[in-house]
Amino acid sequence: MEGNAIETRGLRRVFKTRNRVVEAVAGVDMTVPKGEIFGFLGPNGAGKTTTLRMLATLLPPSGGTAMVAGCDLLKQPGQVRERIGYVGQAGGSDREIMGRTELVFQGRLYGMSLAAAKKRAADLIAMLELEVCADRKVATYSGGQKRRLDIGLGLVHDPQLLFLDEPTTGLDPQSRARVWDEVRRMHDRGTTVFLTTHYLDEADALCDRIAIIDHGKIVAVGSPEELKREVAGDLVTLSVVGNLPAAFDLLKGQPFVREATTEEGMVRLYVDRGEVAMPAILRLLDSAGLQLVTIGLQRPSLDDVFLRKTGRSLRETAA
Amino acid sequence: MKVLRDTWLVFGRYWGLFIHNPVWVVIGVVQPLLYLLLFAPLLSSIAKTPGFPSGGAYNVFVPGLLVQLGMFGAAGVGFSLIAELRMGVIERLRVTPVSRVSLLLGRALRDILSIVVQSLILIVLALPFGLSINPIGVVVVLALIALIGLLTASIAYAAALWLRSEDSYAPLIFTSSLPILLLSGVLLPLGLAPQWLRSIAALNPLSYAVDAARAVFLGHLGNPSVVKGVALMAVLSILAVILGARAFGRAVA
Ligand SMILES: Nc1ncnc2c1ncn2[C@@H]1O[C@H](COP(=O)(O)OP(=O)(O)O)[C@@H](O)[C@H]1O
Ligand SMILES: [Mg+2]
Repeated sequence: MEGNAIETRGLRRVFKTRNRVVEAVAGVDMTVPKGEIFGFLGPNGAGKTTTLRMLATLLPPSGGTAMVAGCDLLKQPGQVRERIGYVGQAGGSDREIMGRTELVFQGRLYGMSLAAAKKRAADLIAMLELEVCADRKVATYSGGQKRRLDIGLGLVHDPQLLFLDEPTTGLDPQSRARVWDEVRRMHDRGTTVFLTTHYLDEADALCDRIAIIDHGKIVAVGSPEELKREVAGDLVTLSVVGNLPAAFDLLKGQPFVREATTEEGMVRLYVDRGEVAMPAILRLLDSAGLQLVTIGLQRPSLDDVFLRKTGRSLRETAA
Repeated sequence: MKVLRDTWLVFGRYWGLFIHNPVWVVIGVVQPLLYLLLFAPLLSSIAKTPGFPSGGAYNVFVPGLLVQLGMFGAAGVGFSLIAELRMGVIERLRVTPVSRVSLLLGRALRDILSIVVQSLILIVLALPFGLSINPIGVVVVLALIALIGLLTASIAYAAALWLRSEDSYAPLIFTSSLPILLLSGVLLPLGLAPQWLRSIAALNPLSYAVDAARAVFLGHLGNPSVVKGVALMAVLSILAVILGARAFGRAVA
């Protein structure tokens, strides 16, 4: 289909090592529309890198099919390469070379003339704010500078689809925020970004949609909001002056309440959308003459989603 | 043509890396010098032993040295490739449309150029000691050494891509290149060896290269062993390049 950046059906990859067989990716079906920031969230060893490497033509799949950037991954790997950028987990720049030299060389590999490649390198250096270090060896870069250069190398040919494998792992919070900004800017320019992460907050804050992957299988797909809502809903807790049972009876029958309990002098309500439910609750209590003491809204985290879908917490499994 | 352009680009990258590292350049020049100054003087007396080919100690010894330089100069090139695998450089290059053959040839060309320059230095330095050779002979010998370099480098890169770790690459390279070298008559002519050693050496492709180089240095350019040695190295190089390019095509890092 024209509108999709990625479509996979039954994508698989088996690794045979000396003493065992590992099914790193165990049949992945997914669709990523153009222009999305799509996140692959999962613990170490879930199969994120393996999936990415297959989609980026680096690793032949053991089974399944995929369309990447409008081309058949298996039949037209050359065309796929021209349309995608890939920034691996390890980065990709050589410590002994200057950042600018790497960018120019990369541009030349995509067929640019020397002048065009130099121009593109200069533009990327300005865009990624690498002026201070572009003419030094990569070995002297800070972690954030190195990561931005690696991303720049993936952007040289202005790909329509960019793969980023754990783009912020190991970065300090400031550099992470900087990379997030960069990803959002690519998104604004219309580039589809497919990134992997094992950070819950990153998936939550940055991605339009995420797929949760565990043991080589996708266990849930959707926007972070959808996933969280689907699993638990928002939790509203409140207490009133005096007649708690009256408040409980009043609220538990409301259409927006999925589940209601009382506990330790508090009413606990699971609702679909807390921001809609809160004003309604306030109005209802007010018209019933019940006076509110406290009210709080608690939203489920992606970790609750992960826990529900896999039976484990990502915080515990992530290394 | 795309392959030529890509090869040139890849060569440029790696030549730049090489030339900007003064250590490698100095090692490249000092190595042949050491052989000439510290090893060659031993030869003058050995040259008088019966069975030693005529033509002078240097004309017998220098060809062997050149072959050794071609092989040892290229056997270690996989180390830098393994470092690059770890930095993700190879993945990054493989995801571009660059030709897989060029990824190999560009690098190997860099290795060959450095080997050829070292060989030239060695030949020039040996002249005052009594080495004699004509210009055509120099060209033929350099071509032969370049082929040995290409052959060895291609195999070394393929091995590095398969093994992906210095811990398994180093022992493989050293344990395989030493017997190959010893059984090629590089250090001393196999004419001095007992029959059983000569029979084993006959199975060693490199011994034909040494024979060819020696024939050239003894002024026998028309000798069939020259054609045989060069042709054998050329055929093996082509096979090794195919092997190496395939390794670059499917490298799993
Ligand atoms: N080249 C390989 N050879 C053997 N096993 C591999 C290889 N690459 C990955 N694996 C295995 O496949 C599984 C998934 O790995 P990976 O895709 O790297 O996970 P993630 O990126 O989510 O951390 C792991 O069990 C890993 O050990
Ligand atoms: Mg990974």
